[in-house]
Amino acid sequence: MTEIVSLVARPLWETLLMVFSSTAIAGILGGSLGLGLHYMANDRLSGHAAQLAIVKKIADRFINTLRSFPFIILMVLVLPLSRLIVGTSLGTVAAIVPLSVAASPFVARIVEASLSEIDPGVLDAAIASGASKRRILFAILIPEALPSLVSGITLTMITLVGYSAMAGVIGGGGLGDLAIRYGYQRFRTDIMISAVLVIIALVEGIQLCGNAITRGIRARR
Amino acid sequence: MFHVQRPQEAAFYRPVNSPNPQNIPARTVLNLEADAKAAFAADVHAISLRSLNKRFGSHEILRDVSLSVSTGTIFGIIGRSGAGKTTLIRIASLLEKADSGDVFYGGEPVSGARGQALLDARRRAGFVFQNFNLFASRTVFGNVAFPLEAAGWTKSDIEKRVGELLDLVGLTDKVDRPANRLSGGERQRVAIARALANHPKILFCDEATSALDPETTRSILDLIQSLSRRFGLTVLMVTHQMEVVRRICDEVAILSAGSIVESGTVDSVFANPKSEMGRRIVGEVSHD
Repeated sequence: MTEIVSLVARPLWETLLMVFSSTAIAGILGGSLGLGLHYMANDRLSGHAAQLAIVKKIADRFINTLRSFPFIILMVLVLPLSRLIVGTSLGTVAAIVPLSVAASPFVARIVEASLSEIDPGVLDAAIASGASKRRILFAILIPEALPSLVSGITLTMITLVGYSAMAGVIGGGGLGDLAIRYGYQRFRTDIMISAVLVIIALVEGIQLCGNAITRGIRARR
Repeated sequence: MFHVQRPQEAAFYRPVNSPNPQNIPARTVLNLEADAKAAFAADVHAISLRSLNKRFGSHEILRDVSLSVSTGTIFGIIGRSGAGKTTLIRIASLLEKADSGDVFYGGEPVSGARGQALLDARRRAGFVFQNFNLFASRTVFGNVAFPLEAAGWTKSDIEKRVGELLDLVGLTDKVDRPANRLSGGERQRVAIARALANHPKILFCDEATSALDPETTRSILDLIQSLSRRFGLTVLMVTHQMEVVRRICDEVAILSAGSIVESGTVDSVFANPKSEMGRRIVGEVSHD
């Protein structure tokens, strides 16, 4: 039992590190991208939706292409990028790069969808108030979309738990790697089961937290 | 009964001790007050629309619409669904752009404004919507405070002004309520307070009472009328309800298929409708 705990502890930390850092990075990159997509498509905000349609189309193709790559291929493809950013293409920190690259377009779509759910009338009210676009975006649109954004981030984190299991390929470690190398390849079924159980607990925990936050926000409205 | 009342209390419009929003230079504020006085002296129209045209694809929404609203009056635009009422008021309130034609507030052209000038022009008017369009993420206070935050008021000035406004619409006890936990009538009162936050001289109402029951409709209309009389507020409202026009409007225009077919004082249009659509609309009311 103590052997299992000591074997699981480090991979758990690696998984948490990969999931949380790549969520944060994708939140910033993908979030900005999603805001941009919504801004371009929303004529009330940009005032030039027709002229921006071509830029929006290019961004759409780019995001769809990025989302089409199987993660394992994407990981290999962004190896040079990891080397450029973190100085190495191996290890847990290096694995954060492909995870962020994979999650960013996902987050962008989630942010875009959440913002487009907002009643256009509410946006009209903000515009009629004489507020700048930046203020409308940050003081009205994001708070209005918050419950849906939190659900989206929860979804992203759970998807990343799954992706991070593949990070073992580039030496990223983590619980998935433990399950494969110790559990599967060395026939240690007990370790495989333990690793999977910890992953289940992790996913449940993330979902519970996400639900609690969303419920908390909705209760105050 | 429907004679045009000139507001007696123009000076009341911006209380002497009202906070001066930081990012608006004093000169602008002074000009606005001077403009208000000049407007009264010369009877300049608070809102003028000149030859507005708008089409969506091949569909002509507005055709050469011109109208002027005198300062302090309540002007109703009535018409069937699809007549172009909403498009007209959205263009007049600078939420949408016309294909051609101009919008003037107090004699100044505003329809060509861009950037900061557009934001300033929008602050000269408030807008009340059919579906209230309150910000669900904010409380009553937060909703009314938003236009003030956007105009750069300080926190203490905002608190004072929001208090005044909620007092005006009778909601001081609901200040910390989430905006969407109010009844329809209360929500519309919050929306009116929000629309009036920046001391606008113009209030646009797009079917402001269409989602309300008859009793609430009356109380909201009475509130709009008393605010107009008290602060010399010019109100342009579009509606399909003739009762609304009959209850509070001084003047009325009938919009049919994108054109104004008739306009005048409510008395004259009621007593003697000249257009076919006017006769039909007035006829419908007398059957009530």
